Amino acid sequence: MEKMSAIEVISLTKKFGAFTAVDSISFSVEEGELFGFLGPNGAGKSTTAYILTTLLKPTSGTAKINGIDILQSPEKVRKSIGIVFQDQTLDNRLSAYDNLNIHGMLYNMPAAARKKRIKEVLELVELSEWENKLVKTFSGGMRRRLEIARGLLHTPKILFLDEPTLGLDAHTRRHMWTYIKKLKEQGITIVLSTHYLEEADALCDRIAIIDHGKIIALDTPQNLKKLVGGQVLSIKSQDNEKMLGLVNSKNLGANARILNGSVSFEVKNGSEAIPGIVNAAEKAGIKIESIELHVPSLEDVFIKLTGEQIREETAGQSDFKRGLAHGH
Amino acid sequence: MAIELIKIYAVWFREVKRFANSKSRIVGSLAMPLFFLIALGGGIGALVPDFNYPTFILPGIIGMTILFNSIFSGVSIIWDRELGYLKELLVAPTSRATIVIGKALGGATTSVLQGAVILALGIIFGLASPSLIGVLLAIFIMVIFATLIVSIGIIFASIITEIETFQLVVNLIMMPLFFLSNALFPVEKMPEWLKTLSMFNPVSYGVDALRTLINGAGSNPFVLDILILLAILIVALGLAGALFNRTSI
Repeated sequence: MEKMSAIEVISLTKKFGAFTAVDSISFSVEEGELFGFLGPNGAGKSTTAYILTTLLKPTSGTAKINGIDILQSPEKVRKSIGIVFQDQTLDNRLSAYDNLNIHGMLYNMPAAARKKRIKEVLELVELSEWENKLVKTFSGGMRRRLEIARGLLHTPKILFLDEPTLGLDAHTRRHMWTYIKKLKEQGITIVLSTHYLEEADALCDRIAIIDHGKIIALDTPQNLKKLVGGQVLSIKSQDNEKMLGLVNSKNLGANARILNGSVSFEVKNGSEAIPGIVNAAEKAGIKIESIELHVPSLEDVFIKLTGEQIREETAGQSDFKRGLAHGH
Repeated sequence: MAIELIKIYAVWFREVKRFANSKSRIVGSLAMPLFFLIALGGGIGALVPDFNYPTFILPGIIGMTILFNSIFSGVSIIWDRELGYLKELLVAPTSRATIVIGKALGGATTSVLQGAVILALGIIFGLASPSLIGVLLAIFIMVIFATLIVSIGIIFASIITEIETFQLVVNLIMMPLFFLSNALFPVEKMPEWLKTLSMFNPVSYGVDALRTLINGAGSNPFVLDILILLAILIVALGLAGALFNRTSI
């Protein structure tokens, strides 16, 4: 017997007019896995999430969620998943309890089960003492936690988290990570989309790197980092162009490029390579100001694969909206 | 079926609870009709000494109260879309029809509550003295009327999705529906053009039925009013369901 995947996506494509937001992507997610979608805003992450949660119909291709086809039985799919959207979807004029209670009714939970489960999820996200307060009095972090609680209320098999920490400060973000790790320990399958590299690195079992609607790499964070050979050196000098030419002509390292005012390239072993590089620079008459050596991060992987840094953009501009703007 | 009932109740409950949580909306929604009743009733009443104008417009003001609140409830789907809550509703394993019915009944409930308060005040002020049956029938008419107006609001909210046009829509629907009706003017005294327009206005039938029940001064046979209201309700609710079915986030 073949093991059933929690999610199976088969050449999914979504076009908005002439703009292709999602370009024939295929992948599968195993049960209990924490699967990450990493990419800049506008890469197609939210659009993919909207299609998998049946809010948008794909232009072509399809997907199976818990073995159910998203096109054939969208309502069944919706019953078995929980979703935390990128933009807030709580009712601010209702209390935390009412938001959860209404959700439970919409998912057809009997009254007793609803009550018990509301208590559980509020405890999980540490909002128990706030249950009767109106959501409009909540901070951004509290709202996100309440949304996660709501997404879990009907005990879904899969939880979709679309940029769950967007717009939160660094401290609150790390706090959110501990909640997400707790969920994973409970065995729920999680699909997390994010444009924060450290977030994907810290949480995910496997990461699909998506850019311009295409999956350009899919592996564990460790294996992805191995795509960048060895270590990364960043050399700041008075003449970056000349330094870049030197690295390339003398074959001092691979994948050299200028980034943030320094020349960045991959070497097998940084500490052994540095003296030779310094010598070569001296001979060429380039004055080095600083040298930085680091083990590859997901950011290096992303730069290697796309040739650019991940685009940091302001919150709220979801790629779905951009897709629509392209379409009209 | 029982499954969908609890979901309809969920959507209804949200509408009612939101209203109950917003004290400013409760006060505001009652202040305007009272101003109309007192200022317009007193002011214009003084111009027509042989005619008890405040008594005449009481059903019209009840109709206005319901009209304003119900349109607002229906069109608030535009706000739900803007503020994100619509996604929560659309992604739930719930049919679109359930959402429309729950929304219509929820908006109708808050509207009828307000209409009933105005009626009670009218009775206290001595503007009307209907029988108990008359009051119960009036509430029944208010429910039908309110549900049909919320449906009209949902129709507009499904067609027009931009938040910027929200106020425009509300005004473009509410003002003509209110002023081009029999709420403030007796049909018998209307110029021909206004009489014709008011005949094609659902508000006229709601107000006329209320007028028959509250002070026995309606122009149409009561049964005719009810039949016309029910017919419009069925069409409006059906259209609201069909259009909302096509709406996306």
